[in-house]
Amino acid sequence: MTDLWSGLSQAFWLVVTADAELAEIALRSLHVTLTALVLGCAIAMPLAALLAVRRFRWRRTVIAVLNALMGLPPVVVGLVVYILLSRSGPFGVFGLLFTPTAMIIAQMVIIIPLIASIAHQSLRDLWQDYHDLLISMNVTQWQKIRTLLWDARRALLTAALAGFGRGIGEVGAIMIVGGNIDNATRVLTTAIALETGKGDFALALALGIVLIGLTIAVNLCIHWLGQTEREGRW
Amino acid sequence: MSSLFPLTVEGAETRRRGKTLVGPVSMTLTGAGATVVVGPNGAGKTTLLRLLHGAARLNAGSIRWAVPTEQAQEAQAFVFQRPVMLRRSVVENLIYPLRLRGTPRKAAAAEAEAWAARVGLSDMLHRPATVLSGGEQQKLAIARALIIKPQVVFLDEPCASLDGRATAEIESILQDTKAAGTHLILSTHDMGQARRLADEVVFMLHGRVHETSAAAAFFDAPETAPARAFLNGDIVT
Repeated sequence: MTDLWSGLSQAFWLVVTADAELAEIALRSLHVTLTALVLGCAIAMPLAALLAVRRFRWRRTVIAVLNALMGLPPVVVGLVVYILLSRSGPFGVFGLLFTPTAMIIAQMVIIIPLIASIAHQSLRDLWQDYHDLLISMNVTQWQKIRTLLWDARRALLTAALAGFGRGIGEVGAIMIVGGNIDNATRVLTTAIALETGKGDFALALALGIVLIGLTIAVNLCIHWLGQTEREGRW
Repeated sequence: MSSLFPLTVEGAETRRRGKTLVGPVSMTLTGAGATVVVGPNGAGKTTLLRLLHGAARLNAGSIRWAVPTEQAQEAQAFVFQRPVMLRRSVVENLIYPLRLRGTPRKAAAAEAEAWAARVGLSDMLHRPATVLSGGEQQKLAIARALIIKPQVVFLDEPCASLDGRATAEIESILQDTKAAGTHLILSTHDMGQARRLADEVVFMLHGRVHETSAAAAFFDAPETAPARAFLNGDIVT
């Protein structure tokens, strides 16, 4: 119990005194996950729409694989990205390993299937609604995708938030490809793992509380920006 | 644009999982006024409309408009029995088909407002379309179909499950449309509505067209026995 209390008070003081190191790793956490989220959405959402409107031979297989990949183990993703980006790997020449870019890549791999899968489910339902009308209007494939993405934007927000949640709390992959280097690739989750390992539970807990607070704040922000759950909106 | 008519249908058939839903159907529509498709439930009225519109698969036979098919499809619109509302505001629903055709946004918005006024939806322009009542949704769907100035409008039981007032409003919109020279192809099982709107009647039973005749002739003296029974109000099976 004492750990919990001292963790809470430490978290309070870290936030109140605007601790420079805390601010740095919190911002890096946000930077990595938000970048991965934006890039991931840009890939996952059109992909989800395409899977909803297009009938091709391996469609069902692709969807099943995508659903299965939702539970992709981050540690394995980290390992694979590590191998690909390491000096001897195919992308070694870019020297990306142990940089925030590598962390962004790893997180994208983790959240794209999740976002695409959730987005696909809501887009598929919407497409069932719209199918007859849009076919009757002779719309092109591209127009279908645009219409679906726009009209399902609130459901897509949920998918994005799920992706953000998975990204910001993830530690296995970014620990491997980022290396938890102080002032370079240390983020909230890797710092928590480190402090726990060192036995400084109070600091670890403080960082944890900051992480949860950050997650809630970002979610509220996005909800507020998207005006979800307001009357007469979707 | 040159006229789409006559529409020539020869031995058209559509099947699903080996079962013939409609066909073979052969008929010629000359495109005067309104063609009303009547028949009992399950006779294939909806499928015939979809087939003519090109939304159902043509498994055999041919459907030929007087112009190339692609051009013909550009000049058609379809109104469904259960209106499909885009999850947008009323005005955005009306703008949508115009924007698809590349109309600039401002012109499209002006046109949309004019059409909303014509169907009596002016004071709900910015309301989400999905919260409108059934009658309002159907009026919106019809306005959205007509806004592209099609030559042919297909209407699949546009007034099913609507009350008398909504039906009257929709019929008056349809009469205006007809007067403006747009051809209506409409299915209904409301015989009163068929009498009020039809210039030409297509009677369907069991997926086949049993009779195609001018409205007056059909209602006075139907040629076939099932049509006579149907008009008498007998249950045709």
